[in-house]
Amino acid sequence: MSDVLNALVILANFVIVPGLAYGSQLALGALGVTLVYAVLRFSNFAHGETMAIGTMFVILATWGLQSAGIGFGPLPTALLALPVGIFAAIILCLVTDRLVYRYYRRQKASGVIYLIVSVGVMFVYNGLIRFVIGPRDQVFADGQRFIIKAREFKNMTGLNEGLAIKTTQVVTVVTAIITVAAVFWFLNRTRTGKSMRAFSDNEDLALLSGINPDRVVMIAWIMTAALATIAGTLYGLDKSFKPFVYLQLLLPIFAAAIVGGVGNPIGAIAGGFVIAFSELFVTFAYKRVVTYLVPESMAPDTLVQFLSTDYKFAVSFVILVIVLLVKPTGIFSGKSL
Amino acid sequence: MKKLLMVAMASALVATPAMAADVKIGVLLGFTGPIESLTPDMASGAELAMKEATDSGAFMGGSSVSPVRADSTCVDAAAATAAAERLITSDGVSGIMGADCSGVTIATLQNVAMAKGVAMISPSATSPALSDMEDSGLFFRTAPSDARQGQVVAEMLMEKGIKSVAITYTNNDYGKGLADSIQMNYEKLGGGVTINAAHEEGKGDYSAEVAALSQAGGDMLVVAGYLDQGGKMIIQSSLDTGAFDSFFLPDGMIGDALPAAIGPDLNGSIGTLPGTDSPGAKMLDDMAKAAGFANGPFTAESYDAAALLIMAMQAAGSTDASSYKEKVMMVANAPGEKIYPGELAKALKIIAGGGDVDYVGASAVELIGSGESAGSYAEILIDGGKNTTVGYR
Repeated sequence: MSDVLNALVILANFVIVPGLAYGSQLALGALGVTLVYAVLRFSNFAHGETMAIGTMFVILATWGLQSAGIGFGPLPTALLALPVGIFAAIILCLVTDRLVYRYYRRQKASGVIYLIVSVGVMFVYNGLIRFVIGPRDQVFADGQRFIIKAREFKNMTGLNEGLAIKTTQVVTVVTAIITVAAVFWFLNRTRTGKSMRAFSDNEDLALLSGINPDRVVMIAWIMTAALATIAGTLYGLDKSFKPFVYLQLLLPIFAAAIVGGVGNPIGAIAGGFVIAFSELFVTFAYKRVVTYLVPESMAPDTLVQFLSTDYKFAVSFVILVIVLLVKPTGIFSGKSL
Repeated sequence: MKKLLMVAMASALVATPAMAADVKIGVLLGFTGPIESLTPDMASGAELAMKEATDSGAFMGGSSVSPVRADSTCVDAAAATAAAERLITSDGVSGIMGADCSGVTIATLQNVAMAKGVAMISPSATSPALSDMEDSGLFFRTAPSDARQGQVVAEMLMEKGIKSVAITYTNNDYGKGLADSIQMNYEKLGGGVTINAAHEEGKGDYSAEVAALSQAGGDMLVVAGYLDQGGKMIIQSSLDTGAFDSFFLPDGMIGDALPAAIGPDLNGSIGTLPGTDSPGAKMLDDMAKAAGFANGPFTAESYDAAALLIMAMQAAGSTDASSYKEKVMMVANAPGEKIYPGELAKALKIIAGGGDVDYVGASAVELIGSGESAGSYAEILIDGGKNTTVGYR
């Protein structure tokens, strides 16, 4: 019996707990991408950098709080700084929309042009980040690092394997649940949210029924900026803040959005977890898990690993391709690409 | 046209320094990138040797030596090649102290230094591949090959009674060369390597890599990486998940930044760093303190690399690499008067008088083979949040 428990603990420690945190981060990122796609109808390649720049604002505010001696007890101070970061990111997104995207909206530019424009915005944001905070790692997580340490878990349960749960992992999941609940409440229960959904479903009909398109666009950007900042900050807290990393995150985020069905908020969240868990399950080495479960004579000599960890991002690519081939609208039937 | 002529004249002047001119030496190190916490002191070390030569007034009829810094980035071969190209063509350096990491060193050597005929002395490129690479006699290093470090690591592990290790290395010439050398030597001594896996620099998250390493198991994790990026994060992630709790840290992982970043959990981990107990190291310590920098990892090798370039130029009476490259081994090895750090003035005078010197320097330089350090290592133990040297081999 304890063998089965040990095997489960290994899986929980290396796959399930990190997967839940990573999946939440991807889900929030994909939700932002999907919102922009639903309302503004383009794939926002600058989303990764929006996450990074929002996180940068949060880090700056965190430093401010820390130097003023304000902490958040066992929780990271960055959570207190989050509203400041979100506010700054919203201003930035609205200014960008005003200066860049509005022009193309007036031109009724096609999706491809928007996409290229967003790549340009991405580079500008990227430069801005490097200019303000530099290209290096920034560690801004503080407070208590662990809820359960691996060694404490072993002593507590008497098992051979340890389970570590970081504070940031729990913070990530809890924050993600609250944020997603708030987004769904807004979209389904408020007048503004309903008008956004109407605008997304049928733009002409929405305009005819008196919905102000500028207002819908503005609210979409506000929500996107907030979601991006939250997702970026959670990722930065849990892993590390490094400006270039958010660029690499763009692929799994888009994969998550598309797998779930672009333009469909529920799909974005499901897609986030699908991508996160498949990346982890496929690249995990099951040697010790199998060793615990099978009789000793059958214990494997190899690592029992399907793919080397180098191919982590390839997994999201493959899933993306399969979904586009088999069900182009995604699992939850979003818009076809 | 007039302008063109002037530019042509100016570049001609730079290319052939007359007597009592200013000789430029490139300092090509990764001022940004995964060893950025080490390079400022390395550069200061090299520049200290250059200042000494200038102040002595004995270098090539009273010439001065001035450094030109350039960023090798440590990992980006294209950026390092461009930086080396700039050093040679636009700054007109006569020799290069660098590069630092093995991959960029190989790239700059093959693409730039050999094409332009400029000599390079690297303080820290340790890949075994550089030992027998075709270099037109232009490449030397004051760092030993990792073929030797692998031996030292394997011996240390066996003496500590560690019978099986997992190895992870940074995916480049340095990491691969070192990891293979450690595995070969360790297995020869009867140790077991459970996994020898690469990791990439510059990622935000190494939990998947650590998960694979932990499943392979082992009494200790050997991290043949870099202290400011991937290596540090792998250690952090291993400690977080309880995958490993003690680490072996080869030379790329030794620096004050690492114990400071990881904290007390790193205490008890061991490592290796090129170093000697020769009196030269202590002399450089004092000189560095007086000049306002620390004699950190590879600082001594950097000082020595710059000193060797300067003395070889003096011995050849030329700043042209095709003639001074023949003199590097001569000034570095016996016979001759032993030269320690701070004695460059004396050395330059002896050479000018037709004598021979045996440069010992700060890292007990003894060039073997095609011009690389024979290799003595300091055993490092991380204790009380600091790298402490417990012995030499």
